[in-house]
Amino acid sequence: MSEHDTLLEVRGLKMHFPIGKSLLAKNRGFIYAVDGVDFSIKRGETLGLVGESGCGKSTTVRAVAQLYKPTAGEVILKGKDLTKMAPHDLLAARKNMQMVFQDPYASLNPRMTAGDIIAEPMRIFQKRGLLDISNDERNDRVEHLMEKVGLSRFFKNRYPHEFSGGQRQRIGIARALALNPELMLCDEPVSALDVSIQSQILNLFKDLQQEFGLTYLFIAHDLAVIQYISDRVAVMYLGVIVEISGSKDLYKNPLHPYTQALLSAAPIPDPKIEARRQRIILTGDVPSPDKQRPGCYFYDRCQKRMDVCKTCRPQLKTTEEGHQVACFLYHKPE
Amino acid sequence: MTDEVILQVRDLKTYFTVDEGVVKAVDGVSFDLHKGETLGIVGESGSGKSVTNLSIINMIPNPPGKIVGGQVLFSGKDLLKISASELRQIRGNKISMIFQDPMTSLNPFLKISTQMIETIVLHQGLDKQAAKEKAIDMLKLAGIPAPEKRIDQYPHQFSGGMRQRVMIAMGLSCNPEILIADEPTSALDVTIQAQILELMQELTKRLGTAVILITHSLGVVAGMCDTLCVMYAGRIVERGKTDDIFEDPKHPYTQGLIRSVPRLDKENADRLYSIPGQPPNVIDLPDCCPFYPRCEKAKDICRKKYPPVTGFENGRAVSCWLYAEETK
Repeated sequence: MSEHDTLLEVRGLKMHFPIGKSLLAKNRGFIYAVDGVDFSIKRGETLGLVGESGCGKSTTVRAVAQLYKPTAGEVILKGKDLTKMAPHDLLAARKNMQMVFQDPYASLNPRMTAGDIIAEPMRIFQKRGLLDISNDERNDRVEHLMEKVGLSRFFKNRYPHEFSGGQRQRIGIARALALNPELMLCDEPVSALDVSIQSQILNLFKDLQQEFGLTYLFIAHDLAVIQYISDRVAVMYLGVIVEISGSKDLYKNPLHPYTQALLSAAPIPDPKIEARRQRIILTGDVPSPDKQRPGCYFYDRCQKRMDVCKTCRPQLKTTEEGHQVACFLYHKPE
Repeated sequence: MTDEVILQVRDLKTYFTVDEGVVKAVDGVSFDLHKGETLGIVGESGSGKSVTNLSIINMIPNPPGKIVGGQVLFSGKDLLKISASELRQIRGNKISMIFQDPMTSLNPFLKISTQMIETIVLHQGLDKQAAKEKAIDMLKLAGIPAPEKRIDQYPHQFSGGMRQRVMIAMGLSCNPEILIADEPTSALDVTIQAQILELMQELTKRLGTAVILITHSLGVVAGMCDTLCVMYAGRIVERGKTDDIFEDPKHPYTQGLIRSVPRLDKENADRLYSIPGQPPNVIDLPDCCPFYPRCEKAKDICRKKYPPVTGFENGRAVSCWLYAEETK
């Protein structure tokens, strides 16, 4: 992979949130939500991010979008480090990076019409002098976008409450497309939707990717959805990535014990397969990310743990072409 | 699972009156539950899954809701007709429920012990000390470590999965004949979901409890349920053995639902199959097949009349004009 192909590169990203910080009280520690994450996304590729709640998926995406100021690390979009940019430059750079959110009810302003919601990013960039577009062109573009995402242009003057969940998600997608971004950050965009609507929206994401050459960083907790949409998948646990691999490879040949457990826990909609399946049932819950551990973060729940895992933290290492795993079962500690 | 029927739901209808008109949330639902059976009810949001089950134990808020017709027969009595005090004898005792969100269904101000003992004392007639012992036994059964200590804690001291275990322990503490579980794992992560489902399966099998499992996840249904009801717009469109339905779905909606889920274990096609259109607005639904605007096999009759139920072998029943003869 040459430098030229890489659209986004994230190096050593850390996001620590202070607990109970106030003027008088002393800081009582940190939540280590994201604790050293490295990955890169090629142009036109979809990287899926999967993990359980609290593993830092959303925080990673928000830190990439610079909605949070990362504690440490670099976020390099098209060769420029976003974490060190001046606010005005950052705004210009964000034109290339837009978000789609999980909850189509909370992410649209109920007092704005669908047309205004989709036009808003363009209006903001017009105002700051970053986008040269006339008002008529903007209107045309709103209608064009609505049709691209499968909404009739006659719905332009309707308010969000007049739409169903799936239609609202389409408005959110049209808004994200408004500035012609190269990278779309999708934070669980189909999790709140019904099964029959979910497949419509997933197909829409694929169609738009083909048409506009989009690159996706896609979060979902549903493994089947992630496998379907992604080219590569990164599995997160407690703020670190434990495995990255091609999506087909990951499902055929999961290496990390956590990935194996996650895959075996996912229900498959076929009673015959379900009846024969042997599950790896993990004991216990995901521990709280309120302390940094010297060893492997998965140690407490791992069925294949060794002594070394308690004291030494495995790093993400390449085992074969395009497959990286952070586990001492596959490489010796240094 | 035996042939003994313990719950019969007959032509249940629950309507809600809202400003815009009448919402027929449940409109003529019938099914039987056998002893020890696990029955799944699947459908999308608004299809009437939860309202069906709230109607069974007569817990529909009135107004705006009202059970306008039908019967729910449990051990010879119609639960919709008996007095409030008789109903209280059954709810939480013979029929108990587990809800989706374990945080809102446990009282945050009361210790787990208080909440569990209350039910047991009320229904089993034990004294407080014996009830507490029983509660500790149930928590142990539900896989909660150190239950003697945990029982005196408050709900916020438990994690999501642990709270759901408490709910299961509480639900099963009076040896109910029927356990109604309304999306019990939808708020949980996959690894925790697997734990909870396994626990439910094991405990209900051991205690011989029949389960009505409401869920939107076809994966959960495939692993858990003996029989299945698929709901759409307030009615059951297909009913039968889980294996049969997955093997050969007959109703176009069931077919579409099964095809539109991406599969982990198989190569997916480049594009997923998807059912076109939106779920119907259930306000003032006309008396036709509510699925016809989204159906690939819709015929003329579909937009005129609701299809009757057609029976097949092995207890299979489908409501679709593809299988029904039009009677003039």
